[in-house]
Amino acid sequence: MSYEFLRFIWWVLVGVLLIGLVIMDGHDMGVGTLSPFVGKTNSERRAAINSVAPHWDGNQVWFITAGGAVFASWPLVYAASFSMLYIAILAVLWTIFLRAPAFEYRSKIDDNRWHSYWDWVLFVGSATPPLLFGVAFGNILLGIPFHFDNEMRLVSDASSPIIGFLQLLSPFALLCGLVSLFMITAHGAYYLSLRTVDAMQQRAIKAAKIFGTLTVILFIIGGFWVGHINGYVATNLSHSGPSNPLLKSVTVVTGAWLNNYNSYPVLYIVPALGIIAQILAIVFNNKSRHGMAFIFSSLSMAGIILTAAVSMFPFVMPSSSMPVSSLTLWDATSSEHTLFLMLIVALIFTPIVLIYTSWVYKIMNGKLTTAKIEENSKSYY
Amino acid sequence: METLIDLSRLQFAVTAMYHFIFVPLTLGMTWLLVIMETIYVATGKEIYKDMTKFWGKLFGINFAIGVTTGLTMEFQFGTNWAYYSHYVGDIFGVPLAIEGLMAFFLESTFIGMFFLSWDRVSKKQHLLFTVLVAIGSNLSALWILVANGWMQNPVGTKFNPITMRMELDSFISVLFNPVGQAKFFHTVCSGYVTASVFVLGISAYYLLKKQHLPFARRSFKIAAMFGLFASIAAIVMGDESGLQVYKVQPSKLAAIEGVWETEAAPAGWSLLAWPNSDKRQNDFNISIPYAGSLILTHGLNGTITGINDIVAENKNKIIKGQQALGLLDQYKQTPNDMALAKQIQDNAEYLGYGLLLKKYSTDVTKATPDMIEMAARDTVPNPLPLYYSFRTMVFLGISFFLLFLVAFKESFRNNTKFENNKFLLKFALYWIPMPWIACWCGWFVAEYGRQPWTIYGILPTHQSVSSLTAGDLIFSLSGFVILYTILLIVEIWLMFKYAKSGPSVLSNEKNIKLGVNK
Ligand code: HDD
Ligand code: HEM
Ligand code: HEM
Repeated sequence: MSYEFLRFIWWVLVGVLLIGLVIMDGHDMGVGTLSPFVGKTNSERRAAINSVAPHWDGNQVWFITAGGAVFASWPLVYAASFSMLYIAILAVLWTIFLRAPAFEYRSKIDDNRWHSYWDWVLFVGSATPPLLFGVAFGNILLGIPFHFDNEMRLVSDASSPIIGFLQLLSPFALLCGLVSLFMITAHGAYYLSLRTVDAMQQRAIKAAKIFGTLTVILFIIGGFWVGHINGYVATNLSHSGPSNPLLKSVTVVTGAWLNNYNSYPVLYIVPALGIIAQILAIVFNNKSRHGMAFIFSSLSMAGIILTAAVSMFPFVMPSSSMPVSSLTLWDATSSEHTLFLMLIVALIFTPIVLIYTSWVYKIMNGKLTTAKIEENSKSYY
Repeated sequence: METLIDLSRLQFAVTAMYHFIFVPLTLGMTWLLVIMETIYVATGKEIYKDMTKFWGKLFGINFAIGVTTGLTMEFQFGTNWAYYSHYVGDIFGVPLAIEGLMAFFLESTFIGMFFLSWDRVSKKQHLLFTVLVAIGSNLSALWILVANGWMQNPVGTKFNPITMRMELDSFISVLFNPVGQAKFFHTVCSGYVTASVFVLGISAYYLLKKQHLPFARRSFKIAAMFGLFASIAAIVMGDESGLQVYKVQPSKLAAIEGVWETEAAPAGWSLLAWPNSDKRQNDFNISIPYAGSLILTHGLNGTITGINDIVAENKNKIIKGQQALGLLDQYKQTPNDMALAKQIQDNAEYLGYGLLLKKYSTDVTKATPDMIEMAARDTVPNPLPLYYSFRTMVFLGISFFLLFLVAFKESFRNNTKFENNKFLLKFALYWIPMPWIACWCGWFVAEYGRQPWTIYGILPTHQSVSSLTAGDLIFSLSGFVILYTILLIVEIWLMFKYAKSGPSVLSNEKNIKLGVNK
């Protein structure tokens, strides 16, 4: 296996991890976001929460593992993205923190105020991270102001951290944030349609329709917008050279993020998947084929993430203030040895994880009715 | 710059200490739950099921915040230690990623099943889930301690001058690093001790109150037995950790023991002293003859190198490092000079020592002899706090052993006389916080003792940080402290509420109400 091949495989694997993250952690975040709205009574909210209660923690490990895998395979990307988006990452962490106690503590005390307090905590913990993730992605498309000095130390070129953070909230980035939030909320709604009944299910179906449609519309707007922002073009980029970003040259060209699509029009399949699969998900959901709807929603999210990845290829984190410092999948990776080792590890453990995850989902499968919750009040969350 | 470094260190320490409130309890509780549930499956007695469920509730309350505080740790290397992440990510990222894939998935997938699948699967299947949670949490400890062990004793790596970082040379050496192995066993055993003291103490509380007697009696015995084994193992592995420190980190060892001048064999072991870093000697010292060589080397011919000799030796390394860094600068101008690259790699072991000078001079090659002297003195951490935290840990370790020994002897007699032994029960109850203090002391010894390095001998702490501002750090540190403190208060409050109501919560959990203590 050549270094070039390993580097490409790791670009694919990081993509797979991100897609796994939005499918798995995404649906319980969607449920957390929707539960105060689709659940009108305490039992209804408990039905929503219990549909993901056995799984939220396992799902969150997609987030953790994505962090660990990026550290091992793209150490420079790990270092650059988290330190340059410091305040945004903190905001993601601080809100994600709220989920564990919200799930685990909500039903530990029998009191209405306590319940509704934790319901809103869960809402904040579930809705904020997808929004901020989308914003972060939008900013990566726009380029982040940073450069390397000659010891390969990362230096920020944002004027000040707080202003830097506010600058992250540009209209384009906010649009990306909303796409991310809406697709994940819709995804949670499809899941709730699958696991609940009656009035609650009807509300979930309605929510899926609204957020699925919004996702499609905003994603299409984003697609046109990308043609008008700055893209980056790399030259002199060796695919099997050492991982030192400063060895290449980069130019900034408006609209360059569409170059890959224009050179290989077949790639338009990817954004098309994002749109068509979402529409099919809505259709299936309305026909009460909720399982199919969930699958198509997953495909749609995969399409949306890959759209961004393909348009930036081979970039993974461009620098707006000193484009030559931009990180690409060819010059920001670990050594060949480490990439190979981690590939073996991923090939062994990912299937095992997928097998036992499906097993536990199968055990916990079934409709959650409010009657069931009330009967077994003590054993449910 | 200095404040940025100090604040980054403080933030790491604070978040790690918070994380390590929850970790040891998780590590040990999972095995105690496995023991209780195994007895349930083997004997079919409902009381053991209730025990599993009740202690499981307390475990769950703890676990939630363990997960939350762990998240910070996973991302903090990138946010706050960006140069570190770049410099050693090629090696250090590997165990972290494996930890996620191999351990966290297992632990977290089945923890949900532990709580929520009682009615859906057979007894044996449920027991399997509990075992998988225990294996998962212990595997997570294995991988993170392989990572941490590598920071203490960086084996299996080489420097690459083109990418300006350390790269993985031998994964097998990283995995079987004796320091990591010793750390793993010592740390998980300290977790088992923590959980045993926790269960023992709360059971003692019920026995004192004469409540839930059959339940408390059995829990007390299980904790006493498991704790006895665990405390012996923790002491044995602590001794092994000490041997490793002696072998690979002379500066830490000299500081822990407060040894300024090299002691010829057989060296004594200091029982009480006051290391004074201004005068560079101990104000007083009561020492047990021969014991130092015996404890640290398991023989009588071990010498202990003193701080002053270590400083002198490191001064030479710093001078060599200064030259190596000069070569590296040259190499950046002529990246095709393979002979030069080779020369740099041959001297790579000194690069880190050269970097120590960066604290005093941005251009290392221009550092003066004074600066070299100061940098050399930096290579040994301040002995005083190390001396006392190490001894606190050791004395607490011995106290746990004695507690479990007495608890075991008393409770496994064929009568219930121990239930009237007020002293034992009260001692067990009030001793509950102590394992946490021992754990914190242990981490302090391990981490502060490693200073001034993040990667021992390779990367100084002051070189590891991200290019943030002190303002960023004040913002984030206060955020962490506020959030964590709120979560901790809620956690402790719930824990008390549940512990006080005892196993009766299982039948009337819905009666636990806000503000009412019943
Ligand atoms: C000796 C054990 C040990 C040590 C030194 C650490 N941890 Fe930890 N960690 C655990 C043992 C553990 C555990 C026992 O597996 C936890 C604790 C409580 C829990 O719920 O799982 C856990 C949870 C936990 C989680 C949440 C996992 C989940 O969702 O299940 C993350 C992301 C981390 N840790 C990451 C870290 C990092 C990056 C550390 C170092 C800098 C670290 N931990 C130190
Ligand atoms: C959870 C258990 C841990 C505790 C309680 C702990 C404790 C500490 C403490 C007290 C410090 C501050 C030392 C000082 O600057 O005075 C520190 C620093 C640090 N530790 Fe740990 N540590 C833990 C685990 C780890 C692990 C597992 C790693 C690596 C995998 C690690 C890496 C670091 C780093 C990078 C720093 C910052 C640099 C430094 O100041 O040394 N720690 N830790
Ligand atoms: C007499 C008994 C003990 C001895 C001789 C001992 C020895 C040691 C030594 C030498 C270290 C430092 C390792 C390093 O710097 O790399 C250490 C660390 C540590 N100790 Fe202990 N210890 C003892 C008991 C305990 C007990 C009872 C606990 C907790 C209940 C504990 C918890 C820890 C922890 C959490 C660490 C940090 C992790 C590590 O470095 O392994 N120790 N111990």
